[in-house]
Amino acid sequence: MNLMEPPRGTRHALSLYGVEVASRLLLGTARYPSPDIMSRAVAAARAGVVTVSLRREAAGGKSGQRFFDLIKSLGVRVLPNTAGCRTPREAITTAQMGRELFGTDWVKLEVIGNDDTLQPDPFGLVEAAGVLARDGFKVFPYTTEDLIIAERLLSAGCAVLMPWGAPIGTGRGLANPYALSSMRKYFPDTPLIIDAGIGAPSHASQAMEMGFDAVLLNTAVATAADPVRMAAAFAGAIDAGRAAYEAGLMEVRDMAEPSTPLAGTPFFDLDKP
Amino acid sequence: MHPETRQATSIYVNGERTKTPARTLAELIEALGHGEGTVATALNGAFVPRQNRAGMRLAEGDRVEVLAPRQGG
Repeated sequence: MNLMEPPRGTRHALSLYGVEVASRLLLGTARYPSPDIMSRAVAAARAGVVTVSLRREAAGGKSGQRFFDLIKSLGVRVLPNTAGCRTPREAITTAQMGRELFGTDWVKLEVIGNDDTLQPDPFGLVEAAGVLARDGFKVFPYTTEDLIIAERLLSAGCAVLMPWGAPIGTGRGLANPYALSSMRKYFPDTPLIIDAGIGAPSHASQAMEMGFDAVLLNTAVATAADPVRMAAAFAGAIDAGRAAYEAGLMEVRDMAEPSTPLAGTPFFDLDKP
Repeated sequence: MHPETRQATSIYVNGERTKTPARTLAELIEALGHGEGTVATALNGAFVPRQNRAGMRLAEGDRVEVLAPRQGG
């Protein structure tokens, strides 16, 4: 082992649909103060994958092309989403349009069931995932921590799952760590990416320590006072969390156990009769 | 038929009602000033691949979506 190497956490590269991804941080591209800050945040995050979307283009509009040119200049893989879609049909059509426009069969599948929580509609999600997987898409479903839905998604052809940490944009971290931990244990071989709800680097680190394969986040970086520094902070936290997971965390105990050896403790027998 | 002499078709583009002399989806995309590969299209909720636009005739009341890359999370 080269002890001079920087302490990067990823001993084993992450593989998503057969593609090795160097970074375990997937970063969204929305809500940054400027395109330049977004570009520098992607670099500081060392992100290998960024999420993008599709929106209506006005007549003669060039903003879409300008944005895509910028993304292409970053040298990262793109993961188009179906954000805002509320039915399987909308999501399927959006995914097909994204495949043509971005030239990738990867899709972050969102079928939203509720405006207040932006909670996935699990029934529509499973239906759309099946149609898209049969059509050759590599589906990254934005789902909950529900194990039955997860099994249905895998049966539908998904080989990656993206459970939420908390509702999109809330920054609450892992709202249900017990259920997420169960999900990790129940699907030991499926790449699981925590998507949404991450607010602080400690949340991302927690997810990685629990053995999740990667974290997808956007708002926590984009709306930070200094998005570039926050991106770097997340990258460090994710590396640390992954390294800790691979190194093997100690068992949690209920009662104290001295770390300093008992043998040779001074004055040990003085108050003994 | 020459476009100027034809009746304009009333359709919806990205949710807004508009009249167009375009006969096909390909003509509409050109008339809207988009390059062929810079937008993706759907007609009445179904995806229309780039190469099929020329064969897709527009009819009264059609709903066209014209989408481009955008920031996303």
